[in-house]
Amino acid sequence: MRYLPLSADDRSDMLARVGVDHIDKLFADIPHDKLLDKVLPLPLSKSELEVERILSKMAARNKSASSGPFFVGAGAYKHHVPATVDHLIQRSEFLTSYTPYQPEIAQGTLQYLFEFQTQVAALTGMDVANASMYDGSTGTGEAVLMAHRITKRNKAVLSGGLHPHYGDVVRTLSEMANAEVVTLKPDLRAKEDLIAAIDDTVSCVVVQSPDVFGTLHDLKPIADACHAKGALLIAVFTEVVSLGLVASPGEQGADIVVGEGQSIGNALNFGGPYVGLFATKTQYVRNMPGRLCGETVDAEGKRGFVLTLSTREQHIRREKATSNICTNSGLCTLAFTIHMSLLGEKGLRALAEVNHANAVMLADKLAKLPHVEVINEQFFNEISIRLKGDATKIVDRLAHHGIMAGVPAARLFPDQGLDDVLIIANTEVNTDEDRDALVAALKEAM
Amino acid sequence: MLNRQGRPTTPSHDTTVVHKTFTGNKALQQIEPLIFEIGSTDQTGVDIDAPAPHHKKLGKFERKSPIGLPGLSEPETMRHYVRLSQKNYGIDTGLFPLGSCTMKHNPRLNEKMARLPGFSDVHPLQPQATVQGALELMDTLAHWLVTLTGMDAVAMSPKAGAHGELCGLMAIKAAIIARGEEATRKVVLVPDSAHGTNPATAALIHFEVRSVPVREDGTVDPHVVASLAGPDTAAIMLTNPNTCGLFEKDVVAIAEAIHKAGGYFYADGANFNAIVGKARPGDLGVDAMHINLHKTFSTPHGGGGPGSGPVVLSERLAPFAPVPFIRKTDEGLQLVEDEAEATNHGAHPFGRMTAFHGQMGMYVRALSYMLSHGADGMKQASEDAVLNANYVRACLADLMSLPFGNKPCMHEVLFDDTWLKDTGVSTLDFAKAMIDEGYHPMTMYFPLVVHGAMLIEPTESESRASLDLFIATLRDLAIAAKRGDTERFTGAPYHAPLRRLDETRAARSPVLKWTPPQPILEAAE
Repeated sequence: MRYLPLSADDRSDMLARVGVDHIDKLFADIPHDKLLDKVLPLPLSKSELEVERILSKMAARNKSASSGPFFVGAGAYKHHVPATVDHLIQRSEFLTSYTPYQPEIAQGTLQYLFEFQTQVAALTGMDVANASMYDGSTGTGEAVLMAHRITKRNKAVLSGGLHPHYGDVVRTLSEMANAEVVTLKPDLRAKEDLIAAIDDTVSCVVVQSPDVFGTLHDLKPIADACHAKGALLIAVFTEVVSLGLVASPGEQGADIVVGEGQSIGNALNFGGPYVGLFATKTQYVRNMPGRLCGETVDAEGKRGFVLTLSTREQHIRREKATSNICTNSGLCTLAFTIHMSLLGEKGLRALAEVNHANAVMLADKLAKLPHVEVINEQFFNEISIRLKGDATKIVDRLAHHGIMAGVPAARLFPDQGLDDVLIIANTEVNTDEDRDALVAALKEAM
Repeated sequence: MLNRQGRPTTPSHDTTVVHKTFTGNKALQQIEPLIFEIGSTDQTGVDIDAPAPHHKKLGKFERKSPIGLPGLSEPETMRHYVRLSQKNYGIDTGLFPLGSCTMKHNPRLNEKMARLPGFSDVHPLQPQATVQGALELMDTLAHWLVTLTGMDAVAMSPKAGAHGELCGLMAIKAAIIARGEEATRKVVLVPDSAHGTNPATAALIHFEVRSVPVREDGTVDPHVVASLAGPDTAAIMLTNPNTCGLFEKDVVAIAEAIHKAGGYFYADGANFNAIVGKARPGDLGVDAMHINLHKTFSTPHGGGGPGSGPVVLSERLAPFAPVPFIRKTDEGLQLVEDEAEATNHGAHPFGRMTAFHGQMGMYVRALSYMLSHGADGMKQASEDAVLNANYVRACLADLMSLPFGNKPCMHEVLFDDTWLKDTGVSTLDFAKAMIDEGYHPMTMYFPLVVHGAMLIEPTESESRASLDLFIATLRDLAIAAKRGDTERFTGAPYHAPLRRLDETRAARSPVLKWTPPQPILEAAE
């Protein structure tokens, strides 16, 4: 087996050195009747070539986002990732290193985490960001528990524009942690009255902007209403590129900001791995979940970085920790940091403008179609439309013709009367031809 | 000596003198500033064409303030991150004996496979008819996991080991709720030797943690479990092989004791890599166990993630698995994403762990590893991992102290610091001296049940020659420590890119992001 360096001779010599005559003597603590006496009924070892054949065949049964016009979003977005990113994250020293518990030989990881935290704090307009969460949805669940710790209250209010899967993650975690969740109805037009739901038992309000339908929300009045009642505003985003063009949640008064960072540096990957962004105000840092990297000096006074404030964490505090999180999204944070360093402010703004322009152009074209209503008045790169007919059926039909039209709202909100709503994302990868193909196909399908 | 072009070919003078360099660099060890110190907000390494004219639809939400993100050109970016990478130690650099973390070889075939566009460039919400291969991959991996563990079902979506623990305990809580016993069954038993994530996970969803003391031989006593378990007990969380590197020899009796009390047996699968193909958790009475694909099945640790932590479940817990899950239908594989729909198929999901379907990129890598090894190769890998650890034990037992006696261990060997008593050298010092010798240190001060723990896991990826050199190095260090050569330890590392770092300072006044340097004020008039 190509991954195992020991030879048969090595094994017998080493067994002799250990002082046993058979490998199973080293497994003697396993109850004798539980020790497997034959190989399990699974295929035997294979060459690299054979493995490639098997997996390539599976991969070929999937339709990739690059194989035709592609408008699927709703929480994960197809963007172009520069070749530099994927090369760098595959460097052995990044790929095969561990959590930087020995900082003297992990400054590479620690420095990029420090850069990542600084970038995320700047983007979100917050004081401090952690070294990442698993993804935006699990980060949102943790943010709600964090708000409960800070306010010593127990009730979260979720906007109807929050991605319903994020809502499900929050509800699952809250239910299990004996916390209360109030979820507003799907909010197609950003018309919900969140403020009415805030009273002095509410710990936090969770608002997504742009929301799952693509609409931008005014966070400021919600933040003010929260603060008047002693509650916190948790602002969520699933499209981080929007922050290049849209006012940051921090500027609008958010207390905790959580987002999905996949769009920068990371592939679609059928849903994971992604990278959760998590930022807050300085006064809440000791209630924050997840790893934090901080600056310090070494014995010679040279600047260096270490994991810090770990007295919040499970390996020190055990059952008193702020979270059980251990692993973060290491390599995905690196991909984010490198891509963001390539873009810089200038590139991010340009990228965001192209995304927005493409979405505006598509919205204009769609608005001209009979039987189509563009729902959003203000949006970034994603819009929702009402069609004539069942959006799921139309999406399936278009997929058959090589066009990925978007996400039917009913897939995310089953049985909520949204069968005719389609969520359409538009990024820099979409061309005029893509948009024309989509518009023509939708016209024909209705 | 000069060659014919007049070029010196031998060192011309004494090479023992070390000169300070102008740059502060030491050849390949380069000092690298932060991007914020070398980039600029006007610079970018990405060419993006200006968009066609359009009317913005941002309402009043257009950003007016600067962000403060510097950019770098492509060559600058490349150099910056390559230089950073050179300050890191990885598995490919050298032996990485970090106990409990399983730093085994990460095959690059896995990376190549994960990047096939059919896996990497697929959206989680595409029509399911267009992702049948991705679902097939998940289903195939699930079959391998269930077969290797002898369990009934697997919840694939947890994003890492601790997330898997959470998923497993949520399934247990859901089962207890279904039994109508949530008001009484609130206690989770956790041995003192457990990973910190175990008690943290239990506490996160409001279980009470009750500690189980570890007996003198480093394992858990089933009689103690029986005496601590009762009608208030929800579960036990037991790592097996445990963090002392020992197989819990009374695991079957422990399972019986917990089941008899009406509780569930959660196994922390962090150390499953020792017994793949040798024993199946399902045969030992386990009800739920997470599997760290990034440990046992070689997906890269990536400097701390991304991980992946599928949870295998017993028949009793399988109905409570979260959405989404895969169902076989006449038209192909179906991903059941909605809880109401899941109920129609006879399931009682406790909820959802994450927005989408879990860590697909890690599934591909893990399956690539499994297919490569096969059932036979994985059994061999477990045996080699255990043999390597025991070889290290046998070769160091005369110099270093084994808290539970010199007897066979599993895939990792645990030493304590008794042997360092009165040397003036601590476990930490010893670890830092290993850095100077070119090794990543072992896990230190964990598990907490022994003093000054040193937990060494060589993995199956090390050749005998590599182990022999490692052993010789540790022997040399151990002899030096006992001889009183303390400076070699207390000041170490001397040769790493940085010397020992001040962690107290970092925690006392946290600096968690870069801020622009303040202009230096003129001296007061």
